[in-house]
Formats: sequence, C-alpha cells, structure tokens
Amino acid sequence: MGARQREISVSEFFTKNRHLLGFDSPRKALLTCVKEAVDNALDACEEGGILPDVEVKLEIVPENGASLPASQASRFRITVTDNGPGIVRQQIPRVFAKLLYGSKFHRLRQSRGQQGIGISAAGMYGQLTTGKPVQIISRTGPRTAAHYFEVQIDTKKNEPLVHENKKIDWDRPRGTQVTLEVEGKYQKGRTSVDEYLDEIAIANPHVSLTYHTVEGETRGFKRTVEELPEAPREIKPHPYGIELGMLLKMLHDTGSHSLAGFLAADFSRVSPALAKEICKRAGVAAGSKPRDVTGQAAEAVYKTLQATKIMAPPTNCLSPIGEKAILSGLYHQIKGEFYTAVSRPPAVYRGNPFVIEAGLAFGNRPVESEKPEVKSRAKAKEEVQPLAEGEGEERETELSRLIRYANRVPLLYQQSACATYKAALDTTWKNYGVGQSRGALPQGPMVIFVHMASVWVPFTSESKEAIADYDEIRKEITLALRECGRRLGVFLRRRGRAQSEFRRRNIFELYIEEVAEACKRLKGGKLPVEKLKEQLQKIATSRTGGSKTDELLGKTGGGPEGLPDSIIVTAEGIEGEVEAVGEAEAPAAEPKTGRKQARKPRAPRAKKPAARKS
Amino acid sequence: MARAKAARKSTGGAEASTDPAPRPRKRKAAGGVETKLVGMADVVIAAAQRAKDPAFTIPIRALSNVSFNERKGMIEMGRKKQERTFFNVGMAKKFMQTMLVADALAELQRADLTTSLREIYYRAKHTIKNSQENTFDTQDESDPIIEDLEVSLAELREELHVRAENGGSIVGPLVLGDDGDRVDCSRLGKGGYSVPSIVEPEYLDIQKCTADFLLLVEKGTQWNRLSEDKFWKKYNCILLTGNGQPPRGVRRLARRLHEEKKLPVYVLVDNDPWGYYIYSVVKQGSINLAFESERMAIPKAKFIGLSSADPEAYKLPRNVGIKLNEKDVSRAKELLNYAWFQKKPWQLEIKRMLSSGLKYELDALANKDFQYLTKTYLPRKLKEQDWLD
Repeated sequence: MGARQREISVSEFFTKNRHLLGFDSPRKALLTCVKEAVDNALDACEEGGILPDVEVKLEIVPENGASLPASQASRFRITVTDNGPGIVRQQIPRVFAKLLYGSKFHRLRQSRGQQGIGISAAGMYGQLTTGKPVQIISRTGPRTAAHYFEVQIDTKKNEPLVHENKKIDWDRPRGTQVTLEVEGKYQKGRTSVDEYLDEIAIANPHVSLTYHTVEGETRGFKRTVEELPEAPREIKPHPYGIELGMLLKMLHDTGSHSLAGFLAADFSRVSPALAKEICKRAGVAAGSKPRDVTGQAAEAVYKTLQATKIMAPPTNCLSPIGEKAILSGLYHQIKGEFYTAVSRPPAVYRGNPFVIEAGLAFGNRPVESEKPEVKSRAKAKEEVQPLAEGEGEERETELSRLIRYANRVPLLYQQSACATYKAALDTTWKNYGVGQSRGALPQGPMVIFVHMASVWVPFTSESKEAIADYDEIRKEITLALRECGRRLGVFLRRRGRAQSEFRRRNIFELYIEEVAEACKRLKGGKLPVEKLKEQLQKIATSRTGGSKTDELLGKTGGGPEGLPDSIIVTAEGIEGEVEAVGEAEAPAAEPKTGRKQARKPRAPRAKKPAARKS
Repeated sequence: MARAKAARKSTGGAEASTDPAPRPRKRKAAGGVETKLVGMADVVIAAAQRAKDPAFTIPIRALSNVSFNERKGMIEMGRKKQERTFFNVGMAKKFMQTMLVADALAELQRADLTTSLREIYYRAKHTIKNSQENTFDTQDESDPIIEDLEVSLAELREELHVRAENGGSIVGPLVLGDDGDRVDCSRLGKGGYSVPSIVEPEYLDIQKCTADFLLLVEKGTQWNRLSEDKFWKKYNCILLTGNGQPPRGVRRLARRLHEEKKLPVYVLVDNDPWGYYIYSVVKQGSINLAFESERMAIPKAKFIGLSSADPEAYKLPRNVGIKLNEKDVSRAKELLNYAWFQKKPWQLEIKRMLSSGLKYELDALANKDFQYLTKTYLPRKLKEQDWLD
C-alpha cells in the first residue's frame, strides 16, 4: 500500500478536476479562458498605473482544413492583448505555466485575480484539449525587445516547459499578448463571452475594450471615464473578524518581541497605546513574548480584541468603482430610463474590509439612432397588428436581470448560490413599486448591479462564480439594494403620478370614440355622432384638470408620458436630465471626496430606512 | 383586421338603413327589449347635452344585496344599486364595454337571432382606434356585463336572446313540443333529450306528462346509471340532470314541471358542501341570479341524498369517503351562516359532515353494488320518505 502512495501535484489534481476551475463544459471553458486572460490583462495595466486598452480576439481554428460556422466549431483561438507594463522575460514561463504561482495570493490587496491559478489553468486546459502551447508576446517598454514564448506545463511537477523563446519585432511599444488555443463552444446569450465583455464594460468604464468576434465583427467599448481607479493598497488584518486559531498562528509567526508590539505592528488600526490598553484589559503583560502567549492568555487577548472599540479597517486599500463610474457604465451600456448607484461605506467580514456597491438601471429607453423614422414605422406596425387574447401578457412577467461583480470581474455562473442573488431576493421590491413573486427576482425591465470590492472576496469555489453568503456581506448588499430601491420607488411614484393623469385623459379620449359609435349604432345610425363626441370630450377635459394638465403632461412636445427620456437619480436627489452623453453623469460628476459632502443634504432621507430597519 | 373592421362597420350601416323587420314567430314582442337598449344610448346623449357624467344604475349582485324571504322560501334581491359612470377612471372601461354589449344585444334583437355568451364577446371585441388596447381582453369581462344588463333592464337572459350551453338531459314519461317537433322523452333510449337553454313556453311546450315526481340528479354519471336501469319506468318519474351546477334551462324546466304539472321535485347530489349548495340553488335560487328566483326557484324541492347520515344508515365503509379539504370546510361553514340553511335538520346535516371530516360521492355507492343506487338506495329512501326539506 505504502508503495503506491505518492505526492499529487496541483496540476495533476486540477487536470482531473478541471470543473473546479470552471472548465466543465466546452462553452463555459471558452468563457473561462477569455475571462482569465482579460482579468490578468486588466490587473496588470492597473497595477502599472496605465489606463487599460485591451483587445480580445476570438477566432475559429479550422478543423480538417475546413472552417466551420461559429455555432458548430469546436476549436477556438483566443488572443488577448493589453497595453500593460509587460512581464520580465524570466518570469513569463512561470506566470503562464505554473499553477498557484503569482503575486496576488500572499497579500491582502484588492485585485481581480487572487490565487494565481487562472491563466495557467486556462493554458493547461488548452494543452489538454488541443495539445497546443500557450503563446506569449511581452514587452516592458519601447527600448527593450519584445519576447516571444511558447510554454506548456509539466503537469507532474507543476513546472513550466519552454518550447520556444525568442526576441521578435512587435508593433506595440509595451504590453502583453496571450494566445490560447482551446476546445470550446461558442454560443450567444446568457453566460456567453459577449455578455461577459458587456458586463466588463459596465463595471470598468475606464477600460477601452475592443472585441473581434468570431463572425469577424469588431465591437468597441469606449472608455467613458478618463481616470484610473485609485490603486488599492495592501493592508494588515483587522482584529475584528480574525478567529482565535488565526491569532495563535500570528502570535507564533510574528517577528515582534512583545505582545503590545505585535498587536500594533501586525494588525491594522491598533496603535501602540491601544495595544497596551488591550494588554492591560486582557490581564496579560504587554511585554510578554508573543510566542509565550498561548492558551488562556491568548484567549483573553482574543476576547479583549473583539470587545475593544477599534476603528474600522483602512479603506484606502479598497478601490470601489464609485457611484459616478457605475452610473456612467450603466448609462452607456444599458438603455434605460432611470439609473442610480450606491456605494456603501466599507465594512469588514472575517477581518477583511470590503465595499458593496449597487446600481439599478430601469426601463426601456428607445435607442436614439432608431428614434425618428423607425419608431414611426413601428407605430404603424402596431396599428395593423392588434393583440389576440392572451397576448401582451408576457411583457409584465419579464424578470429583472442581476449582474454580479467581484473586484470588477463579472460573475456569470451559479447565480442562485451567490450572496448577491439572495440579498436581491430578500429585498422587498414591492415596497418600491416593483412586482416580485416569492423566491424570484423582481419583475420588470430592470438591471440590478451588485459589486463587491474586497482584499479577499470569499468565493464558494475556485472557479470564482458566486460570493459566499457571510452575514456581514449579505447585510451590506441588502442595505445598498434598499437604498437603490428607495430611489427607484421615488422615481416610479413620480412617473406614476404623471402617467395616471395622462392615462385618465387618454382613457376618456379612447373610450369616447367607442361609446359614441355604440350610441350611434344603437340609435340606428340616426345620430350626429361628432357632436356627441365633442360634448363628451368637453366633459372629459373639464374633469381632468383642463389645460393645466396638458402642460403638466408636456403635451406641447414632450415624451409620450410627459417625461423626458431618462432621469438619473444620484445621491443629491432625483433630478438630472440626460442631455448629451458627456453630461450623463453631470449631477454626480464631483471629485471622490465630494461624495461625503453631497450626502449631507439628503441626510434626513437617508435616515428613514435606517429607522425602519431597527 | 382592417378588413374585419370595415366589414363590421358596413354591417352596422346596413342595419341602420334597412332595419330588418322581425320575423313573425310566436315570441314576446322583441320591441320592448330593444327600446330599453336604445334607451341606454339616450341616457348618454342626454347627459352629454347637459354636460353631465352619463350614468347607469345597476343592482348589486352579491351576498350583501340578497335576502331570504322565508314566507316565499326563496332568495330575493335587495334594493342596493351601484352607479356606473363614464368619467371615472375605474369605471370608464366598463362603461364603454356596457355600451358595446348593449349595441350587440340590440343588433341581436333586430335580427331576431339567439346567440351564446361567447359569441357576444367576439362580436363586441375589437381593437380601439389609435391604440393597442382591445375593447375586451377575455370573455370574463363581457359575461358579467350581460348579467348586469339583465338585472338593470329587468329582462331575462332569454329575452335578451342570449343562451347558455345545452347543459342537461331529461328522460321519462313526458312529451315536449320543440320547434314543431314532438319529443317523447320515454322513447329516446338511455341518452334522453338534451335540455335547451331557453325553455320558456314560447320555445318549449309541455304537451303531456304522466310522471309522479321529478328526480334532479347532480351528476351525469348517476343519471346515466338510473336511465340505463330504466329507474324512471319502474317508479314513474322524470330523470333530469344538469351535469353539476344545473344551468338555467334545466332549473327553469324543473320549475315548470313542478308548477304546471304539480310534480314533487327531489334533488340527488354528492354529499359535500357543493352538493348542498346545488340543492339550495334549485330550491331557493342563487345569489348571483337572485332576481330570477321568482321563476327559477322551487321552494318545495326536497333533498333526498346523499345525506351525511347515509354512510351510517347504508353502511358505507369509511374508506370510500374523501377527506374534506380546507376549501370544503370553509365553504361548509359559509353555508351554515346562510339564512336559508338555518333549519335545525340542516344545521345538523352540515355539522355532521364537518365532524365526520369526510365527504362522499354518489359514485361511492357502487362500492356495494353497481346497481345499488337504483335497486336499494333510492327505493329505500322513497319508501322511508327519508329526505330533508
């Protein structure tokens, strides 16, 4: 028996268990490969302080000499190119062909990647299904040469095998290009590569993205925010949220010589003075050697830590997207009538600070380019196409769409396992004028955006598809969604009022025609029907507020509902018409620090939901 | 659609110009109903001239507006009325629909045709000009309006020329005259005669009846059993079924036989709250159509079974019972509160069912013997005069 027992390399383990990393079906595998490459590219650019320009190219690899249509093809070449800082030559093989190798695992800092598995796993998947190595071109600056590598992974040893390594000419001054050849399946719709890139564009308005589709089209997602998100910083763990076992381990591993020194040095927000205070309260000598603090003493320290009031962890380690950028992303990518975004103040789970951000896009805004002629044609079509019994009911049951992000990365699979989904279900949308069936997302033309930024996002699995359901996280999401919902409610009520007045008038106008015609038929055709209509119309006008309502409804040239196309609700309130694309975010277009000031005026409003909660 | 609409308009025009004279038939003068319908247009025109909101008053058809007349033994409609006005957002559509139905009904009168509820719905349905809205979305919207018109114009559905489905069968020593045909209900095999929905004397003539009583059976299956076994021959009776809640035609025919031929009426239903209610509808009239009790109700009808006492009296095993569900229980409790179920034996009957927690179908009698109903149950019931009033 003993002779048959031997070490298993991570690579071997994941070869057999590739579903753990998101390579279970060919369609999902294709998405995962694109996702890993794009995430890596964006992380690299942001860490290098460069506004990302990313190009994604998806090509069909001809099989047996014949090029198949996209829906039938089973082999794809993925090329992702960025303008990032490039990778130094010596590191390239290990970054791309060694699992669990990376800069991100051993630190507490917000980034898209966490473990250092992603891109190498994608390469390994390609190697496994097509036998092709990963091709990398990287250049660190215009004065250095570009390097071309072909690498594979030695799955037994989890070490890179370099097939090709040469200097080449590259037309880009700087950046990295990764090419993977993998088996996959391309299909549009939910959880597709296309959707993934759409969602990337929503949450990353500072990214310029070019997508060359399999069909040979080129789609550009323009950069709408010209500044890089603030770089996240590395932090130490916060005392709240660590467990006793963790504390024991830290006590053992620390380089400090005294307990007080250890507390002050190894935790965030513990000053030397506070450290001494804690030691005193715990009844453990401040000067005792950390290694000697075990058992009861350690437990006392732990309990005191939890009981002491300590400042929330520093939040400059996090880089939330920001309300302004979320609004911009939603506004440009989703055609709605109402947008709102909320960034929660930072909170902590298990010692990790995190920020929840939520947004909503509601309604169906007609696309501008189609507006003039196409709309009238559509209207004409409506007239010749009356609805049959049972038709026209589907529209109302349309469920809203939830888009989820962790550190700006869209999460596409396992929605129902995700804390964001559960929080969205738990929010009583009915209070905000949106229908919702039990156990389902709210109804209506709505996109719900939820983003969690954290130094360590707790995923339910290695393939990073769903955020684990910690109470603290769930609570923050719920609070953010409630605030969004409340603003939506204000918008809907406001619109509802205007609409109902319009509808009142409209109803009578429509029905007067019918009633008068019916009267005419009843009277055997002997009736001055126009006169009757006129008389009834007069009554209708006088009963619905006369010409005042006409103005209110914007009958002098406004939209059909007497409302402008879209309103953006921001922290300041519910005003903010969208005039032009550039001014879309005007009401929220303030420097980041301005956010706090902006909150003040609506403080009384903000207090209400809090009061309801308690 | 455009064509259909045009067609509709042109027929309207044709009506207006030619105004077909009613075919001579032995019916009540159609003029009365038509005048009333046209009167509705006059209401609108008059109101419009005086810049007033046109309104109709419609008696309320609900439990809140019915009372039980103990002396007559039937449910009567109260005086509560509601206004249906046009310039009210909640009622505007209904008002418009009411006018459209009135128009369709007037058309029916002029053409001297009868039609179904569903055809009225289709006739009045179209898409409103300059919108995507239909005048009616489903038949559920037009049916209550027809009932509203029946009540507010004080006209019977038959007089409005609207018929329901042929919902019942009759067999027995009875001869009817229908559209000039002689229908001998003792010579129609086991299928019997299908009761039309309009059975007023002008349409259906009772030429001969030698039966001793009338048995109204809830279920078609049990009626088939009795008919197949020629129960009516042996006991000289008429077998009538309405396949569930009996339609107006069946109720009206039973009433006519009861009234004109002095036949006692016995009602045989399942032992459940719905069975009790069917009996009460036959006996005292229904809440929704309380205004028709006067010509529908049979206050002397008797409840012959299935009684909650029968399982014990006839030794039905417990396992052929069905557990009362929540709906059954709440319905039974409602019945207990109805004024017309206040007689002691009835309170006892219903409470006994509730305390047993079981309901029994007529079909369950087959557990004993396929012909148990014909050969044992009904003969014993009739012999013992075991029924409830």
